[in-house]
Amino acid sequence: MEVRSMHFKARAGAAVRDARLQAKLASAKGLFVEGRRRGIQDIDFEATRRAGEAIRNRVLQDLDLWLERFEQEATKRGATVLWARDGAEVCRLVVDIARRHGVKKAIKSKSMLSEEAGLNQALEAAGVQPVETDLGEYILQINGNEPPSHIIAPVIHKTKEEVAELFERVHHRPRKREISEMTREAREMLRSHFLTADMGISGANFLVAETGSVALVTNEGNGRMVTTLPRVHVAIAGIEKVIPTLEDLATLMRLLPRSATGQAISNYFSLLTGTRAAGEGDGPEHMYYVLVDNGRANLVGGEFQDMLRCIRCGACMNHCPVYQTVGGHPYGWVYFGPMGSVLTPLYAGLENALDLPHAATLCNQCGVVCPVRIPLPELLRKLREKQVERGLRPWQERLALKLWAWTAQRPALYALAARLGARYLKWLAHGQDRIRVLGLAPAWTASRDLPAPEGKTFRELYGARQDGGR
Amino acid sequence: MRVGLFVTCLVDLMRPRIGFAALRLLEQAGCEVVVPLSQTCCGQPAYNSGDRSAARALAEKVLREFEGVDYLVAPSGSCAGMIRTHYPALFAGDGELAARAASLGARTYELTDFLVNVAHLEHVPGDFRGTVTYHDSCSGLRELGVKDQPRQLLARMPGVRLEEMPAAEECCGFGGTFAVKFGDVSARLAEKKCAHIQATGADAVVLGDLGCMLHIEGRLRRMGDDKTRVLHIAEVLAGEAG
Ligand code: SF4
Repeated sequence: MEVRSMHFKARAGAAVRDARLQAKLASAKGLFVEGRRRGIQDIDFEATRRAGEAIRNRVLQDLDLWLERFEQEATKRGATVLWARDGAEVCRLVVDIARRHGVKKAIKSKSMLSEEAGLNQALEAAGVQPVETDLGEYILQINGNEPPSHIIAPVIHKTKEEVAELFERVHHRPRKREISEMTREAREMLRSHFLTADMGISGANFLVAETGSVALVTNEGNGRMVTTLPRVHVAIAGIEKVIPTLEDLATLMRLLPRSATGQAISNYFSLLTGTRAAGEGDGPEHMYYVLVDNGRANLVGGEFQDMLRCIRCGACMNHCPVYQTVGGHPYGWVYFGPMGSVLTPLYAGLENALDLPHAATLCNQCGVVCPVRIPLPELLRKLREKQVERGLRPWQERLALKLWAWTAQRPALYALAARLGARYLKWLAHGQDRIRVLGLAPAWTASRDLPAPEGKTFRELYGARQDGGR
Repeated sequence: MRVGLFVTCLVDLMRPRIGFAALRLLEQAGCEVVVPLSQTCCGQPAYNSGDRSAARALAEKVLREFEGVDYLVAPSGSCAGMIRTHYPALFAGDGELAARAASLGARTYELTDFLVNVAHLEHVPGDFRGTVTYHDSCSGLRELGVKDQPRQLLARMPGVRLEEMPAAEECCGFGGTFAVKFGDVSARLAEKKCAHIQATGADAVVLGDLGCMLHIEGRLRRMGDDKTRVLHIAEVLAGEAG
């Protein structure tokens, strides 16, 4: 997918002024935050978080070994494991598979890797029709391939009315009022695709090394059809998705749905192992895993390794005050909120997403809710350091910072500057308790007053007091 | 007990009375208070802007200035959090400096946390009368666990009634340089916070960080609310004479 993260600031500003979006985001926030709050109460969530963190760390310590183990086990059970260095290679491999099996139509369940790679466009170019079957993804696809705005609820930015209008326009059926009617209509439209597709493409929530299985978590059941009806199943996953055992899977599954939606377990949970065996009623004849690096291996063993623990639950964005206010689109790529602000610069280039590491108040609400204890604010801060090291910050900012830091190391000079500053600001207030326009920081006073200072610094007053007392 | 008061650069520049209020409370609690006059800033703006070397230079300065005290206390969860949790990270693996940072970090407290848990302040001198609501600033809350401490102290003031706002733990949108880098997002967050504050009908919103105060007060006033007061917890606890 094309990276459009350099427009964050402008698009965030527009989002703030979009009343309809604001209303939608407010209701979504209530749902997710309240859902998680209730959902985590039935287990010792803190202890489970620590266990989840430990599992993910254990994998990352020997990632190559666990991947090898996964490849062996999956191969044993009839699947073919392929490796892709980047998005372009994902597209090439999947198109090859489609050609080999004479595929005309591919049905898809949610896969973020497919979005990283821009797989749909590549399939279309190769004469294969991709059909999204996750309701949210389907809505986006029929709306001219609109980009998603949330990792688990891709159309969170759309109202029911907008979807009804879109369905009427695209499906040429009378407009529906109720969500249940709309989902029924979508299901009817998708049914023939399910039955005529030659290939199913899915993502993977986890890859289990000891059995060579892929675990899929969905709420709509489409994932099950995508992976069992067509002759060919391709699961695309980032290399960091592997976990050692089924036992580990159980632990992580206690964290994932609870953190995502507050559910103790998702409506559907599938564990798929190998191709259809003799005597089995369903399952694909051919099964492929495409395991993707696309920047991940670079992070192993480095200062951003913690990010690879991510299990894509979306809790960090649901609880992020900035995401709650601007939605997902301004982030400009596949991932949103705090995890997006860390992943986008790392995978798509630091220089292509300069605003993202700064688009956070560092309030650490994300760090508190993350089910695998990723220190997101620390990672954002480290990315800011990388920007400074590589000279990517604007010169005005660098100069101001240098000047301020230089002064702050010289107490006498700093005291004088603070004294003058306090008086200047006091003067600007014209005898009022507030400053309405501040030339030095127009971005502050565009939408806020600046309360006026008292006029003298603490240091001055304290010094005078000490002298007086002597 | 020798306590070094870290005034914070914002209090020095904008609201000296908060510094004096903190001083008075610490003295009331029986502390011998020293105020190193060479102090400037804890370095957080540099640290959060990714300028590690500037942050380290300022942090070393603070380490020197407060070496001799039993405790360092700041009327700010954000600055205390910087010193307590981030200085050790800043000097990690740096031998002697790491040890000094860890030692000062462990002795560093946010004001209300210190008053309740270390100094065991008995009598709260403030005489504020009215309804207040308390905003939990992020660093104090999530880095230092400051939640009950200010409420405990407020509860000892007979004239004060605490009316909790919805989502008191949600960020007000200040975020240091975030407030100017993303001015409209920041202001929108303040607006949500202000609505929560106003919904309580409180006479004043009380909090422990001047950055958030200026941000919230600035937005309240711009929205035309001249009535709701924005007060630092130290001012309320110490009383007008502070
Ligand atoms: S960073 Fe943590 S909270 Fe955010 S999506 Fe990943 S696992 Fe979930």
